[in-house]
Amino acid sequence: MSVIQMKEIVTRFGERVVHDGVSLHIESNEIYGILGGSGSGKSVLMKEMIMLMEPDAGEITVLGHTLKKIRYSQAQALRQEWGVLFQFGALFSSMTIAENIEVQLKEYTDISKEMRARLVQSKIALVGLEPYVGSLYPSELSGGMIKRAALARALAMEPKLLFLDEPTSGLDPVGARNFDKLIVELRDLLGITVVMITHDLDSIFSIVDRMAILADKRVVAEGTLKNVLQSQHPFVEEFFKNEYTKQKYLGQLDLKEAADV
Amino acid sequence: MAKYVPITAYLFDRFMKFNAILSIIGIMKNPFLYYEVHPHTIKIFSSGAWTLAHLRKLEQALCNIPSRKKVIWDLSAVEEFDSAGVLLFSKYLEQFKVDSLVEVIGYTSDQQNMYRLLKKNEKRVLLPKKRGFLEKIGRSTIDVWVDIKAFTTFIGHLFSAIFNLLLHPRNIRFKEITYHAYESGFTALIIVGLTAFLVGMVVAYQGAVQLAKFGADIFIVDTVAISMVRELGPMITAIVIAGRSGSAYTAEIGAMKITEEIAAMRTMGFDPYYFLVIPRVFALMISLPLLIFFADMIGIAGGMFAAKMQLGLSITQFTDRLYEVLDVKHYLLGMLKAPVFAFVIAAIGCYRGFKVSDNTESIGLQTTASVVNSIFMVIAFDALFSIIYTEFGI
Repeated sequence: MSVIQMKEIVTRFGERVVHDGVSLHIESNEIYGILGGSGSGKSVLMKEMIMLMEPDAGEITVLGHTLKKIRYSQAQALRQEWGVLFQFGALFSSMTIAENIEVQLKEYTDISKEMRARLVQSKIALVGLEPYVGSLYPSELSGGMIKRAALARALAMEPKLLFLDEPTSGLDPVGARNFDKLIVELRDLLGITVVMITHDLDSIFSIVDRMAILADKRVVAEGTLKNVLQSQHPFVEEFFKNEYTKQKYLGQLDLKEAADV
Repeated sequence: MAKYVPITAYLFDRFMKFNAILSIIGIMKNPFLYYEVHPHTIKIFSSGAWTLAHLRKLEQALCNIPSRKKVIWDLSAVEEFDSAGVLLFSKYLEQFKVDSLVEVIGYTSDQQNMYRLLKKNEKRVLLPKKRGFLEKIGRSTIDVWVDIKAFTTFIGHLFSAIFNLLLHPRNIRFKEITYHAYESGFTALIIVGLTAFLVGMVVAYQGAVQLAKFGADIFIVDTVAISMVRELGPMITAIVIAGRSGSAYTAEIGAMKITEEIAAMRTMGFDPYYFLVIPRVFALMISLPLLIFFADMIGIAGGMFAAKMQLGLSITQFTDRLYEVLDVKHYLLGMLKAPVFAFVIAAIGCYRGFKVSDNTESIGLQTTASVVNSIFMVIAFDALFSIIYTEFGI
């Protein structure tokens, strides 16, 4: 079952056309990457999926709802079914980390105060933070901790769908790999679908199941890494088949392919 | 018969010879470039360091070179170069190519690689067109129009959200409302009181001088009390609050916008109208009338103080007269404006906050606009109220 389906999306900013017929579909329980050069409209595409922006034309279906025709109350309900990790966390700066994680539980559920506190602590532990972090404010955290705390908040309502905007950017290499592992674990553990915007080759080669490549205002390649590598599009050529990537990853990929056979 | 030579051709020829001599002298002056002019070709010799540090001198030398059918450009004496030097070279190469045949000799492979690299990444840059006076006026008119439309949309959203909220009063966020009422109300008492006291004093002093001429000292009470309660109290308080709370609302919401906190709220289904705008609007509609009442009292006290100092009017005389002249009508007419002013200030403050775009500079611009707009609107609404009151003869 498709979790998200986009058909012929057109987006314009004044005279500048960002998307001109973007179509893609995201399956249940997969880690789906959105790739593309800067300015190719990756973030805009994600904003359209999470109803922060509306495309000028085209149809988006998320978890069975067609966003264009969605009613206000349905939209509000849908928003509780996903979690979003913003690139810079977007934690509410006037609240502690624990309050940030708790806020949706408090607003949308009638769970007892004590149970809420437990849930918050479990989320904090789940993303690999120390318990004391809960009482800190976002301004007191490092970049990596903010990402983790924001992920904990995104997971607060036990979403089926997780949107990640450049989850590993700004993290050190070790931290980034741990974050990748965490995302895979969460996917396996909680059975969620992950949509991520990323530039991180390590993530792309290790955890992303399927991906879409945005270039020239449309999706120029979609599918598994192997499918995408078949593409002759200049962006794919430049992004995947440069000297650095060849040396570092494609050798590894050949081995994988051999193992597959 | 003498051979006929057009004077212009003659002069041109002389000029070129003169120029060639100059350029040979130029070797001494310019260590980077000299050229020889032949009847059909021109030879350019580049030398020295073609680097960023010498770019200006190089450019000055290059732009003086006259055009010929064929250009031979010798780079063999260039000792050092960087990308800026190569860029300059390629610019003039293009220029010569337009109307001459160009041959470049003596270049090294490094130079060639650099040239290729720059060529590869070259993008045609379209310079923004310079805008004429009329276009500027037109554009700013459109900007204002777009702004008005956006504000109207905002107000529409706000009213529909308020209407919805009144249907489901369970969703009213009392905690936020009390917090903002405290922040914009109680903490503003001192500054509002001080301002009102001074304004009351000033009105009394000004009035006292005029009234004393007619021996109508006691009318100072009418002047101070009625003007304070009907006009000055509400307006002064609203202006202070516009500067204090209106700007705070814009900055708070603007900062949340930049850090994507508002986007995060939306994705969680927390409608910013219910969580940010309405609590602020309601809070100000509660606290502004209270502040105005406080300002009325303090303002009259200021007038009383000034009347005693200037006219020697005792407090008993003042209060006796106050009971006679200050109808409750005046107080109510002044108070009627309070919720309107509060709504205007809070709505503009929040609207400007949402208008903040993704850079910190726009917080400053929008905060300024917020204060200016809301003070103007307060005064405009005050005028409107005056007209209405006069029409109804109250």
